[in-house]
Amino acid sequence: MADGIRLQNVELRLGGRDFRFDCTLPSGAVTAVTGPSGSGKSTFLNIVAGFEAPDRGRVIVAGKDVAEKHPSERPVSLVFQDHNLFTHLDLFTNIGLGISPSLTLSSDHRTAIAQALERVGLGGYEKRMPGTLSGGERQRAAFARALVRNKPVLLMDEPFAALDPGLRISMASLLLDLHRETGNTVLIVTHDPKELSRLADHALFIEHGQIAFKAPTAEFLDRRDIPALVEFLSN
Amino acid sequence: MLLTRAERRRGIAWGLTSLACIALFVGIAVIALLSWDAAGTQSRLFTAYTWRILCFTLWQAVLSTLLSVGLALPVALALARRPDFPGRIWIVRLMALPMGVPVLIGALGLIGIWGRQGLINGLLLTLGLDQPVSIYGLSGILLAHVFFNLPLATRLLLAGLERQPAEYWLLSASLGMKPLSVFRFVEWPAVRNIIPAISALVFMLCATSFTLVLVLGGGPAATTLEVAIYQSLRFDFDPPRAVALALLQIGITGIILFAMALLPAPDDHGATSGRASRRFDGRTLSARLWDLFAVLAATAFVIMPLASILAAGLKANLWSLVTSTAFLAAAWTSFSIAISAGLLTVMTSLAVIAGREAVADMKKPGITARSFAAMLAGMSSLVLLVPPIVLGTGWFLVLRPLGDVAHFAAVLVAIINMLMALPFVMRVLEPAVETHRRRTARLSASLGLSGLSRLWHIDLPVLAKPLLTALSFAMALSLGDLGAVALFGSNDLVTLPWLVYSRLSSYRTNDADGLALMLCLICLLLTILGTTGRKGADNG
Repeated sequence: MADGIRLQNVELRLGGRDFRFDCTLPSGAVTAVTGPSGSGKSTFLNIVAGFEAPDRGRVIVAGKDVAEKHPSERPVSLVFQDHNLFTHLDLFTNIGLGISPSLTLSSDHRTAIAQALERVGLGGYEKRMPGTLSGGERQRAAFARALVRNKPVLLMDEPFAALDPGLRISMASLLLDLHRETGNTVLIVTHDPKELSRLADHALFIEHGQIAFKAPTAEFLDRRDIPALVEFLSN
Repeated sequence: MLLTRAERRRGIAWGLTSLACIALFVGIAVIALLSWDAAGTQSRLFTAYTWRILCFTLWQAVLSTLLSVGLALPVALALARRPDFPGRIWIVRLMALPMGVPVLIGALGLIGIWGRQGLINGLLLTLGLDQPVSIYGLSGILLAHVFFNLPLATRLLLAGLERQPAEYWLLSASLGMKPLSVFRFVEWPAVRNIIPAISALVFMLCATSFTLVLVLGGGPAATTLEVAIYQSLRFDFDPPRAVALALLQIGITGIILFAMALLPAPDDHGATSGRASRRFDGRTLSARLWDLFAVLAATAFVIMPLASILAAGLKANLWSLVTSTAFLAAAWTSFSIAISAGLLTVMTSLAVIAGREAVADMKKPGITARSFAAMLAGMSSLVLLVPPIVLGTGWFLVLRPLGDVAHFAAVLVAIINMLMALPFVMRVLEPAVETHRRRTARLSASLGLSGLSRLWHIDLPVLAKPLLTALSFAMALSLGDLGAVALFGSNDLVTLPWLVYSRLSSYRTNDADGLALMLCLICLLLTILGTTGRKGADNG
């Protein structure tokens, strides 16, 4: 349980709306966060990542209360939908910044970066600029950075939403492979039911700023008595 | 919550420092004005003289605005209707030039064309007219204001027209609308909303115009508040009158700024003609001829004075002028002031932006924090309310008891130039920084990039271009400025514009023309550097 995520009586008022979260996400598993647009999926992720500080409550990540901590002090890696790389820096620098924010890298670090690029299928791409890569390749590079950071928790905000459907499947299997190798805890925000069933061990449905329902994936997909959930799944 | 506590504290500290410095500099000037011989000031506030000055200031500004915007409209409509007008992109670029030409130099060019010995009057005389157009007095001031503001208004109007969806023109063509209907249902609605803001902007520029009125007007019948303040101090040495006029000036600009705040701001994004839409209207011969006339007339009107600067300047012995000690000394003074003003402007804007960022990053900024952010924004535009000549007057009064004001003049001019450039530089830098932050802030925060590392790896490579743009723009403004120098100019402080002006007053016009050409080229170069950079910042 030590590496999991736990939100304890977390309350937050943002832009005139109230959010209330209380849950425990299993450690070492992939949990999908879904819900209608504007329900609070991204706010949920932002609270864990540290981009929003709760008004009250505890945010426990990997056994420590991090509610007051700056994003950089939390044991997490992040993959956003877009803008995951600094476009004016090459891949090596982009990934190296994940190891050391001042870019002081040892030779071991350099080897680690090369290996990580190799692992995500971008071997030899060190000098490439993000602008010369496809959308899928840019997301792979973001995965490579998450690999070298080696944090117990990986947070992803609709990481494949900008990719075409075929690419989503191969990226999902890459993600699962990496997840099995590292045994990390993964939290993925998605609005795609197929992605959810493909990836997640557990799923969480957020509605009106609260967790409406949380269950293992199979049970989640069978639930029929929550109208918003049924509508979401029928998409 | 993207900044660390230390970063937020630092941002607030930077913001507070810049706020305090600007408030102090402007505040001291205003307090000096208000406390100077209050009784004497009051007795001069409502005299026939100040009344006449006030009326003339407003009257010429109203006429200038009507002429500039009124004449710009047909030009903008014609340019919008002719996406494939030969050389259109160069005409649109030409319309951006006058903004980069130092006002004094523009005035010289206008005299070269419209003056007693100028091209136009020569032409009129050979045609048998014996009453030449006067470049001096009200007509000259109007001519000059139209020269500087018609191109500006044209660009803003054109941008408004080009922002219309391409489908509008296709639709109006397929509905068979005649030109009048197109104007009534498509073109006029597109410009109607922006004309008030454009007019207010032009009115503001004309109401606070100093250099043009100094050179072309100046007589008792054609003097604006700014020039009258200058004359009160420099020639009549009547500080109470200067103070009274300065207070009137603040009142006027305050009212205009208030009016402008209620109007939507115009911008010339999109006045590029690159993505011109197809137009199917105005295919008749008369429409073609009319558009041709409007565009050619405006082009000739703008290009002739510029060509005159070039032609007259080339006649001077440029080499001996450049190597003369007077030029070298003035160039050295001008560049020192310009580079100080430029660096000060960029640093102050960054401090203001850092302060506003720190507040924006707060989760629940209190009333204090929010008013702090608003004050930072307001402070950076304070010079619009308290014009340079008024600031100069205030500081003139403060420093006079301390000895010769000329000793402090260079520093004062640099600071005043900085305040003049600040509102414009903020308009370039703030969106650039904002876009950059939107793209990188979350990523930087999650990777723990901060301080020097973030500055070096993340911020500088991206922001170097807009920073350079801002610097070159502020330097161009400072290099071409006569307003701040005019009060303090002396043998100890001769800048390039001041040198041109004094050569002009001593009728050594050949020298003045040569100097004008060089100053003009330097400023245009810096401005072009500035504008190309700005486009990059917007797109990329």
